[in-house]
Amino acid sequence: MNRFAQFLAYPLALFLFITSAAAGENVIVIKKFMFNPMDVTVPAGTDVTWENQDGEPHTVVSLTNDFRSQALDEKDKFSHRFDKPGTYKYICSIHPRMVGTITVVEK
Amino acid sequence: MTDHPDPSRRGALKCLAFGGAGTLFTLSGGILTPMALAPMALSSNALAQSAGVPLFLQISDTHIGFNKDANPDVAGTLKETIALVNGMKARPALTIHTGDITHLSRASEFDLASQLFSDLKAGELHTVPGEHDVTDGMGNEYFARFGKASDNRGYYSFDHQGVHFVGLVNVMNFKPNGLGGFGADQLAWLKSDLEARSSSTPIVVFAHMPMWTILESWGWGTGDAEEALSYLRRFGSVTILNGHIHQIVQKVEGNITFHTARSTAYPQPQAGQGDGPGPLKVPAGQLKHMLGITDIRLQRHHLALNDTTLA
Repeated sequence: MNRFAQFLAYPLALFLFITSAAAGENVIVIKKFMFNPMDVTVPAGTDVTWENQDGEPHTVVSLTNDFRSQALDEKDKFSHRFDKPGTYKYICSIHPRMVGTITVVEK
Repeated sequence: MTDHPDPSRRGALKCLAFGGAGTLFTLSGGILTPMALAPMALSSNALAQSAGVPLFLQISDTHIGFNKDANPDVAGTLKETIALVNGMKARPALTIHTGDITHLSRASEFDLASQLFSDLKAGELHTVPGEHDVTDGMGNEYFARFGKASDNRGYYSFDHQGVHFVGLVNVMNFKPNGLGGFGADQLAWLKSDLEARSSSTPIVVFAHMPMWTILESWGWGTGDAEEALSYLRRFGSVTILNGHIHQIVQKVEGNITFHTARSTAYPQPQAGQGDGPGPLKVPAGQLKHMLGITDIRLQRHHLALNDTTLA
């Protein structure tokens, strides 16, 4: 079982690392009505920044009231520091079908 | 416009949708009948000449603060809209704004909108918020200006000329599938608000997002609308007015007429066409044919049939 867990853990860790790296310094780009990447994993204490590249405004609103941006017009940015491990789901309150998740893991 | 004095007609409200495209819809016997008009006939002139005083006007999606290609001058097109209304021979005593007054919920945008609306000579202005008006959350800019009527809840009701008007908020309680939502508190309030009314009272419900699902993947609908509709079905005449999609879409279901209004700012694509429900850039000459308002009249003869409703 232990070995099986390890077998799963390594690719998972690698995957998380790549996801995190792909985000490029934890920037989530909002484009074509999507958060990209949609799912990001970061260690506790990380600043995550969203940048809107659509002509249409978007917001970043936590479903658990942990963070909330103003309306972001084109090129506007919003940052939030994630200190506490956990799973944070958020939406754009203007286009609520746009969803994303920040997973914060122990440092 | 010819009235057909048909006593079996169920709808008390006739809904006229105006726009430069020159189509006028009348509600007749519960069926919406589009009437083709001569392309040039439906101008401010036609609006001025239409008989009687409208019960009220609907203005929607003014998006003050928007400045992109689809319409760099939304304040200008709102001014034109206001001039069109002020030019009517008989103006109503009530105007309803079905939300997205502003584009980014900024104080400066609300200030400009209020300044422009102060020129509107069409009675009392009633509003419900759109999702663009409340990006700053509950109790902020929108509520500071328009919250008084509803004790800062955003939803409220009032009576006007025998018609019961209900303003609802479906932009602050989103469903995970992206549809709008009312939430349990508001639905409970709506239920008790309607319980006291007789079934013969004409009801007008206004809310920003469509109260039926036009396109779920674009969030063009309200997830818990069915619950609200279940309180409304016993009424003989229900008119549901929405905005949000910047184009006219309508349907009739039993005694309930659903109608979305045009924007005064910019059009949006038809459901499902393109990346998403954003501003649609059209050739300059076409824009003003896609912006407009709605005016709603009571049919005199029908009221005679239902005069208990107007006591």
